[in-house]
Amino acid sequence: MPPPDNIAISVHDLHKSFGTVHVLKGITMDVEEGTNAVVMGGSGSGKSVLIKSIVQLLKPDRGEVWINGVRVDTLEDDELDRVRLSIGYVFQGGALFDSMSVYDNLDFILYRHTSMRAKEREPVVMEALEWVRLPEHAHKYPAELSGGQKKRVGLARAIILQPAVMFYDEPTTGLDPVSVRTVSELIARLRDDRDISSVVITHDLLCAEIVADDVFFLDGGRFVASGTLDEVRKSPIPEVGNFYRQSR
Amino acid sequence: MSAAPTSNTAALERLQRRRSAKRRENSVLLHGFEQAGELCLFAWNFLRRWYRRPFEARELLRQMDEVGSKSYVLTAVTGFAIGIVLAMQSRGTLVRFGAEAVLPSMLSLSVFKEIGPVITSLVLAGRVGAGIGAEIGSMRVTEQIDALEVAALKPFHYLVVTRVLACMIMFPVLTIWTDMIAMSGGYLESVIASNTDYRVFFDSAFQSLRFSDLIVDTMKTSVFGFIVGIVSCHKGYNVKGGTREVGQAAMQAVVTSSLLIFLADVLMVRLSLMLFGLY
Repeated sequence: MPPPDNIAISVHDLHKSFGTVHVLKGITMDVEEGTNAVVMGGSGSGKSVLIKSIVQLLKPDRGEVWINGVRVDTLEDDELDRVRLSIGYVFQGGALFDSMSVYDNLDFILYRHTSMRAKEREPVVMEALEWVRLPEHAHKYPAELSGGQKKRVGLARAIILQPAVMFYDEPTTGLDPVSVRTVSELIARLRDDRDISSVVITHDLLCAEIVADDVFFLDGGRFVASGTLDEVRKSPIPEVGNFYRQSR
Repeated sequence: MSAAPTSNTAALERLQRRRSAKRRENSVLLHGFEQAGELCLFAWNFLRRWYRRPFEARELLRQMDEVGSKSYVLTAVTGFAIGIVLAMQSRGTLVRFGAEAVLPSMLSLSVFKEIGPVITSLVLAGRVGAGIGAEIGSMRVTEQIDALEVAALKPFHYLVVTRVLACMIMFPVLTIWTDMIAMSGGYLESVIASNTDYRVFFDSAFQSLRFSDLIVDTMKTSVFGFIVGIVSCHKGYNVKGGTREVGQAAMQAVVTSSLLIFLADVLMVRLSLMLFGLY
């Protein structure tokens, strides 16, 4: 069953196993258009497996995944690639192409997916870099950037094709509090300025406070709590309480 | 009375040891078959996709440059050493039988038909294979391949097809280059040892070679290039873990490619003999 029109990302009864390890045990979630859904949970709870299963980097064993009204888990590679043009994904470590400069990391995507000439692409690339406040680093290589800068370049690369939905895999892990705030505010701005719907995987409370509209708490392969951040925080589930106590 | 239980326990332990050794052997064997199956599937994926869009011409040229321009000095030095050493070692025996005049043709036959193609491919398996295995492996562990995938950039085309094609194109080119340098090495040895005229040397060398020999023996390095490209890309593409596994992938790429080059050489020589009688 397709989800209602106002749902940008819908996951229904998603299962994923690796050998005998059942990581996702029937995940169901809906992300409304123009909202940020934050998936929280401890290490090894299956957060990254969930986000990778949604974008089909991992093939789910069972369940349905809908993105912008298209069921993506049954698509052939070419059809899936068409859907992926409307998706942006920010990886945990940035995943910048290290043989290319920062500028080329962004330009490469435009070069491959648009018919724009080099001169037409340049202002688009620079605008994206200005948006993440890194235009002066355009000609550096990823190895010359700090962790926070890499994530911001990863973010600029993810939005270069103006996606309708975004996925963030631990966007603030390993960053200092100032960088956490900077990256989180950029994520929130994307929702506010461009009406982008997002799934954010994080265990960072500060990040969740800044970006979350809805929070889903993952434990043992299932969502054990969901709602606003305050509702989840007040959940009587012991695992959720432990998580918040340890995260403080 | 007490001896029986002890001997029973010892026998049971021996049986258990034998069983666990057998299980280990089986699992090693199974792992080997699994690896071979995965490699075949990977090669089949390449064969199914290499002629399909997108054509990554720019990346293919970059990879050809990577394989060619960064390896030609290494293969030249190898070829030069082979030419000189082969000439030096053969000269004594040939002189003893009064057959010194056949040295150039013996050298050209050895170099063009077997030593040149195989040694060049082995040297390239070491340099190029390890490079590809490590580069793609590190792209896998740093999620760069996932980033290509999620950006709809078809990483198999971009990374694998281009590298395998580059190897298939550049291995024969580098082999001809190495063969020529090896012949120059042999000529240099002849000049030093017996002041041979270059026209006499090269006339004699190329008289014994047929053009078809040259084509078949050089083109078989395209198959060696395919082997090195596919094996190295497969090892890198399927790395799981971290930097340690990337190193292992690079090492396995070289070892597996080298072994498969020998195997393919034997099969192709046998096949050529059956089909063309060229050898």
